[in-house]
Amino acid sequence: MYAQLVETGLKEVQGRADMSAEEQAFQARIDAGIKIEPKDWMPEAYRKTLVRQMSQHAHSEIVGQLPEGNWVTRAPTLKRKSILLAKIQDEAGHGLYLYSAAETLGVSRDELLDALHAGKAKYSSIFNYPTLSWADIGAIGWLVDGAAIINQIPLCRCSYGPYARAMVRVCKEESFHARQGYDIMIKLAQGSPAQKAMAQDALNRWWWPSLMMFGPSDAESVNSAQSAQWRIKLFSNDELRQRMVDQTVPQAEFLGLTVPDPDLKWHAETGHYEFGAIDWSEFYDVLKGNGPCNRERLRTRVTAWEEGAWFREALVAHADKQTANKAA
Amino acid sequence: MSKEWPLWEVFIRSQHGLAHKHVGSLHAPDAAMAVNNARDVYTRRNEGVSIWVVKAADIVASSPADKEALFEPSNSKVYRHPTFFPMPEEVKNL
Repeated sequence: MYAQLVETGLKEVQGRADMSAEEQAFQARIDAGIKIEPKDWMPEAYRKTLVRQMSQHAHSEIVGQLPEGNWVTRAPTLKRKSILLAKIQDEAGHGLYLYSAAETLGVSRDELLDALHAGKAKYSSIFNYPTLSWADIGAIGWLVDGAAIINQIPLCRCSYGPYARAMVRVCKEESFHARQGYDIMIKLAQGSPAQKAMAQDALNRWWWPSLMMFGPSDAESVNSAQSAQWRIKLFSNDELRQRMVDQTVPQAEFLGLTVPDPDLKWHAETGHYEFGAIDWSEFYDVLKGNGPCNRERLRTRVTAWEEGAWFREALVAHADKQTANKAA
Repeated sequence: MSKEWPLWEVFIRSQHGLAHKHVGSLHAPDAAMAVNNARDVYTRRNEGVSIWVVKAADIVASSPADKEALFEPSNSKVYRHPTFFPMPEEVKNL
């Protein structure tokens, strides 16, 4: 979800018979629930898949600051502004935890950033949607961070040690994000008719993209099956999406808002909500770069990186000078 | 493109009386910036009262391949644990 459609580079899930002795020992450790650490032997496909997944996750955290940044100067009160700034700072922190964890696999930070800036690495589709009103900041915290929590809690138990530890830190901070979002929604939903309409409009626009975050059904996906075998994916996209719908619909009801899905139905016998069909053509279109904000998001990141170059270089020059002075 | 900022490992002491604990890593051009960045990245919620930063390149670590040679010998020395010695129930303060 923050990582969507992660490629493993494999055409079929590796069976025991196809594994070398090293690979069998590796899989046995994963099956026994033993964490894989950076210096341990690992199959090249596992390493590459994790680099893709973790860097995509990190890029999502960093790009995810942009839609929210749009409202920092226009937050309704100083308190809301401080909270939003703290939340955005957390997102930067989450990106940094994840980049560091990815670097333990032998890629450099600059390589990861170059891949993002060149458009080679992906980030979550959700951050290519615009934030048109203050209610969107509420909807993002509530729905987007809510979906992120559902995805990330299982990852705290994933097989790669540094990734799992980064997820523990992220999850501790993430529930603040979801709550501050829902708090904004409560205020608007209990406000004037215009404020309530603004909250409803935000829900209308963010509901389906939030469900798309989990990615299309991966029941048939070789990549997902292999990732499940490696325990870097613990639940299917559909399972996580169902969990999202089940926990979010009652929250919308509490707000007195309507989920924009005429097919939404509660099934007492299964204990789950049934929901309408998702327009996956929109999802693929956004992934291809044709979402409402794809170009603007990437351009903003590239500009920030390029215009900050002189400053990064100056700090290195200063550090080199200090080292030279000390040596002299 | 200029060289990449070096990687630093960050250790935080959460309270007085506890040891510094490894919390993660970050990039910074020098030690002073590493401490500043560590404050922002790892102590936004009062997680610490003290920060250590060490250049990752300066850390010497044991290799997973040496695990048996290093740690196997202590497996057979269970008598190093107090629970190895059963004590009569009526004997107190031991």
